[in-house]
Amino acid sequence: MNLTPKNLTREQCFEQLLLGKTVKSAGWLENIRVEALAHARTLNFPSVRHDDWRFTDLSQLYLHGFQPVDSFARLTLDDIRQWLIPGAIRLVFVDGCYAAELSDLKHAGAGVVVTSLAERLGDRQVESSFGRYAPYKQDAFVALNTNFFEDGSWVHVTGEVARPIQLLHVASKREVSSAIYSRNMVVVEPFSRATVIEDYVVEGGVGLEGGTYFTNAVTEVVLKNDAQLQHIRVQREDKNAFHIGHCTVEVGKNSVYSATSLAFGARVSRHALHIVQQGEGAEMHLNGLALVAGRQIADTHTQVDHAAPRGKSTQLHKCIADASAHAIFSGKIIVHTGAAGTDSVQSSRNLLLSGKARIDTQPQLEIFNDDVSCKHGATIGQIDAGALFFLKSRGLTEERARNLLTHAFAAEIIAKIPVPALVEALSKTILERMGGLGT
Amino acid sequence: MINKASKVLLEVKNLKAEVGGVEILKGVDLTVRAGEVHAIMGINGSGKSTFSKVLAGHPDYTVTGGQASFEGQDLFSLEPEQRARAGIFLAFQYPVEIPGVSNSALLRLAYNTLQTERGLEELDPLEFDDLIQEKIKVVEMDPSFLGRSVNEGFSGGEKKRNEILQMAVLAPKLAILDETDSGLDIDALRIVAKGVNSLLSSDNAVVMVTHYQRLLNYIVPDYVHVMDGGRIVRTGGKELALELEARGYDWLRAAA
Repeated sequence: MNLTPKNLTREQCFEQLLLGKTVKSAGWLENIRVEALAHARTLNFPSVRHDDWRFTDLSQLYLHGFQPVDSFARLTLDDIRQWLIPGAIRLVFVDGCYAAELSDLKHAGAGVVVTSLAERLGDRQVESSFGRYAPYKQDAFVALNTNFFEDGSWVHVTGEVARPIQLLHVASKREVSSAIYSRNMVVVEPFSRATVIEDYVVEGGVGLEGGTYFTNAVTEVVLKNDAQLQHIRVQREDKNAFHIGHCTVEVGKNSVYSATSLAFGARVSRHALHIVQQGEGAEMHLNGLALVAGRQIADTHTQVDHAAPRGKSTQLHKCIADASAHAIFSGKIIVHTGAAGTDSVQSSRNLLLSGKARIDTQPQLEIFNDDVSCKHGATIGQIDAGALFFLKSRGLTEERARNLLTHAFAAEIIAKIPVPALVEALSKTILERMGGLGT
Repeated sequence: MINKASKVLLEVKNLKAEVGGVEILKGVDLTVRAGEVHAIMGINGSGKSTFSKVLAGHPDYTVTGGQASFEGQDLFSLEPEQRARAGIFLAFQYPVEIPGVSNSALLRLAYNTLQTERGLEELDPLEFDDLIQEKIKVVEMDPSFLGRSVNEGFSGGEKKRNEILQMAVLAPKLAILDETDSGLDIDALRIVAKGVNSLLSSDNAVVMVTHYQRLLNYIVPDYVHVMDGGRIVRTGGKELALELEARGYDWLRAAA
């Protein structure tokens, strides 16, 4: 199929996606898929008139007629080597299809099950948790994903897992613009602990020549009581790609959920993270960084629902926008009536690197309880002139000094990732993105 | 040490500069030769700090008249980083905190930039570590400060010592110390002064901008200049500083 429709309307783009390839699967999942498709048909893609999307212009996405992925791209380890995290347990998906030969599960021993979802549909654990958290009845993107996803990852943590688990979603280079559906489900049992890296990349890591692609990713995470999860999400798609992600997290009693979400790639991207503190005394720590340049748009929407007593949440989100890029952050903290003793701190810090760049930030607190301690704040600034002069007075060029300061601003988020090899790789990526520290 | 035959490093003639449309420097003349130590003294607002910032190329100040040359090169045609590479160093009155950039990383970056400029080999992190372990002794600094972000959480004295550490690593031809003594207790002052003294040679020079005579007990100047109203109104030897200490500045202002 060489036909790649272009210049579509929002409705046409949506209709085109609804024509996607039907995926057959086990009975219980089939029911969910049918239901999701029915909901999808009643929903439509949002426009900027939709309150939750008013800063996020998806018109560039809607121009494309994305085709279903109709053949499996055979990639080799060399095609994805630059993205691999040494020592990690690894699941690899190419265009949404499971690639067993690129995956590395030899370290997935006691304490964790890491497999493709499609291979695990007979598992009662999968059946009882899949689709329970993702809002496929309310969100058109999640509905499409739930109907059309072909395969995904299943991570079931039942012990202490020291090695990081990398869920690597690779987009292959294709002639036509493709719709890719990525799906992940992570369940962490009581007294268990793991580090999961959700990673979205493109084959070879360099510019696309043929069609573009649209990654629609949905992740569901459940922490039972007394569980711990470090959840790192890296969106480093091709700069011409589109990426819409949705992640729902439920956190049980005394559990600790720590998230780091990074948005570097894609022409237009959105990541929505919704965390519900279901159990008493749970902690949620959110760190985020969006680094955009050119004409990129990166949107991060987070919502934390404190629905149980004595919860704690901390959030630090940073946006860096250069050239004509646009970064959006909306962070909502809701403290419900029963959530006495909630302690919440939220901070949004933003760096504008050019006069044409734009950042919209909306920290929001909604408190329905008197017995809480909630703080939030936001700053938007430019590179500090005093620091810039200081660095130049030590011999650094303007460009090098600016890059060093920008990198330092970003590094605060990156440094919190508990996987040193990933910290190093991302740090390098940031420097490269900014043109390096070359003299 | 005064040696009239030694090379002129800095030559400033009738320098005028303004900030935000207000003229601060109204015709400064100064010649600094290799091997010399100069002190520039004056009351607040006399223009002495402005003078040091203008020499380093601070963007807030506009040069409106006069000339300055460094080793024969027109100083004002150079960007701040080019002045640094030519061998000018400004120790800041208020050192800047840079969260997220480690002290050692910055020092290595700056050092290697200058090495490249001088046509010398860059040092890798291990080689540089050997060098820096020697240099921190100059300012009696704890090695743990190297891994910390530049000046972040440093006390006033630690920040000033960090400036002198940078000076020790970068080995400038001309070091301008902008009120390096301010905010220092006597022990820190002694350490900073000892560090500066150990870096002095017949090939380099120091210009100290200071309000008080105290620093000059430790770093002995060859020349003392008094600035007032944006000009150098009196130049003398180290005894001039003592006279200022005894009589204050008013007698000079009246004379000017």
